[in-house]
Amino acid sequence: MWQSATVRTSLGFIALAIVCAFFADFQISTHDPWQELGRLMMGLVIPDFLAVDFLGEALLRTLAFAFVGVGLGAFVGLLLALAFHSTWVRTGCAFVRAIHELFWALIFLQFFGLHPLTGVLAIAIPYAGIFAKVYAEIFDETDPQPSRVLPQGSGRAAGLAFTRLSQAWPHLVNYTSYRLECGLRSSAVLGFVGMPTLGYYLESAFAQGLYGSVGALLILFYVLIATLRLWVRPRLLPFYLLAAPFLLGSGLPIVWSNVSRFFTQDIVPAPLRNGEGIGGFGAWLLDLLATQALPGIWNTLLLTQIALVITGALAMVLFPLISRHFTGRVGGTLGHITLVVMRSTPEYLLAFILLQLWGPSMLPAVVALALHNGGIIAHLLGQRSNQLTLRQDAPHGLDRYVYEVTPRVYGPFLALLFYRWEIIMRETAILGILGIATLGFYVDSAIQEIRFDRALVLILITALLNIGVDVLARRLRARLRLRHNVNCEP
Amino acid sequence: MNALALRDAVAEYGTIRVLGPLSLTLAIGEHVALVGKSGAGKSTLLSVMFDHWRDRHPALMPQDLGLVPTLSVFHNVYMGGLSRRRGWYNLVTLVRPFGRDVRVILPLLERLDIADKCWTPVGELSGGERQRVAAARAIHQGGDLLLADEPVSALDGPLAEQLMTALTTAYPTAVLAMHDVELALRFTDRVVGIADGCIALDEPSHRLTAQDLLPLY
Repeated sequence: MWQSATVRTSLGFIALAIVCAFFADFQISTHDPWQELGRLMMGLVIPDFLAVDFLGEALLRTLAFAFVGVGLGAFVGLLLALAFHSTWVRTGCAFVRAIHELFWALIFLQFFGLHPLTGVLAIAIPYAGIFAKVYAEIFDETDPQPSRVLPQGSGRAAGLAFTRLSQAWPHLVNYTSYRLECGLRSSAVLGFVGMPTLGYYLESAFAQGLYGSVGALLILFYVLIATLRLWVRPRLLPFYLLAAPFLLGSGLPIVWSNVSRFFTQDIVPAPLRNGEGIGGFGAWLLDLLATQALPGIWNTLLLTQIALVITGALAMVLFPLISRHFTGRVGGTLGHITLVVMRSTPEYLLAFILLQLWGPSMLPAVVALALHNGGIIAHLLGQRSNQLTLRQDAPHGLDRYVYEVTPRVYGPFLALLFYRWEIIMRETAILGILGIATLGFYVDSAIQEIRFDRALVLILITALLNIGVDVLARRLRARLRLRHNVNCEP
Repeated sequence: MNALALRDAVAEYGTIRVLGPLSLTLAIGEHVALVGKSGAGKSTLLSVMFDHWRDRHPALMPQDLGLVPTLSVFHNVYMGGLSRRRGWYNLVTLVRPFGRDVRVILPLLERLDIADKCWTPVGELSGGERQRVAAARAIHQGGDLLLADEPVSALDGPLAEQLMTALTTAYPTAVLAMHDVELALRFTDRVVGIADGCIALDEPSHRLTAQDLLPLY
């Protein structure tokens, strides 16, 4: 089995993660971490639903921002997808989606302030980039034959609607509804930077030690996501989309002078602003790279590689929970609930909670990333394994896991993991805002010091890093899939 | 061991009955060929037999072979013996096979002319090679009873005969679904013809000619 390329690649990643672990900083620094965890668990067991008005508002705002942001993103993304063959559109989309929602929010906060537009754009812009890419891929997979046989003079729009769009429709709806779930998570997390969504209330409940309210907020959020399919119906969707913009809250008014100042002064690198010329700019940039960007990149890479491998291990351990080859009906239901909770909790929120419990180090970040992403991959892998038909005399238990199922799902597993690589790195960078020294930490510090020029350069570096990992992951996938096609497909 | 018997066996897909009711008794030491046109119910009958006689641990060779494409030929054959070993032994074998297993499996592969592919992933083999791997797995499993569905459909000439010999000598009792009537008559003692999910013919092979089986198709 050692000659297989997939196995060798996996071992390489594991070895790299072990090396990274030697350089990483893992510790629990709080006085009594388990007592805190116990109090949080009690909060989940005995939630306090009595703070009704603020719970209601938290959920309503979370929903409103998600619907407006995802709706806008999907609309713009659809238009961009139609022009996706242009290099400019492709590059632009890759760039906007390489910047995390929270970074977008931090940027918009500087000039729109706490206006709802900040939250809406923070979701809509990166989502438009993602939608454009995925919609374009879906269009590419439709059968081109129907549009070739259309009568001449059918018109571009009608041709598109009758051929590509109608073929792609179910896939578009499917993907968009999945993204709505992601949008709800993004919207909740925007509360941590001041938007009036779930994260905002969660942070203040934590600060006041109100674990009952924390429990209530989390449980309501899980219920909201778990029941998504029940209340998001195609017929109700227009109603939600129309109502959502009016439910964003008023926030604070936009001060337009801030907007112009931001673009003409704040983001202009300090040496250029002060007339120190190109030489001064070079020194400034070099200093920024050496003292902030490099340590930030180093820590981001360390954390990403460790989290990636633990995510993968967790997913491989957990997917049997929902696989019909291993569990019965009751076990399967419990497994589903476990995985729903794991993947519905945004990494940022999990990391925030664990940081409160364990104190600052890389440990909360790694655990949060692994739990969330491991839950997602385990879910997808479990579904994939359910499509397998095993022979009637297939072995049971460990033998079945090791010989029958794992070798068959390992290729798809690696593809999924590499796909999440970039997402894990994007999240790792953002977790810096919580105080772990990844790139987000330096971005956040620069903003606190009102040095937006530095913040912007660091955000650009983060985006380039993400694009780099995405390219690398795609290369690896392509290389392994070549082998994969030869070996794995019957 | 007693004779193997099916009594009023039926099989249904949803509400549609695809097999039976039919009754059939196999004598120990008998090699039986199931013949009939495709869709007649041969595969379903084999699957019903497997469920019925599960406690006798029959070796199964399904039509789609049930091999794991990412694992090597050795490991796929070894899987026939998974239940004979402990969990940790199987885990170690996955990473590094034990010499004693290699010494058993390699000669078997040599007999079937695929020893050179021992460490190749099954996904890289041709259809005929895969079929021989599946047969090797069934032979490695061992036992008294073999249930094989079209075991030589992807082979022809001497290779098909070689494999039929290997399977019938490895198992004293066997039920083989066959579409090659000549081979069926030569390698089995008894022919059961299936048509529309029921037994349309049941005769000792030596009393039949290929001509007699034509009405089944």
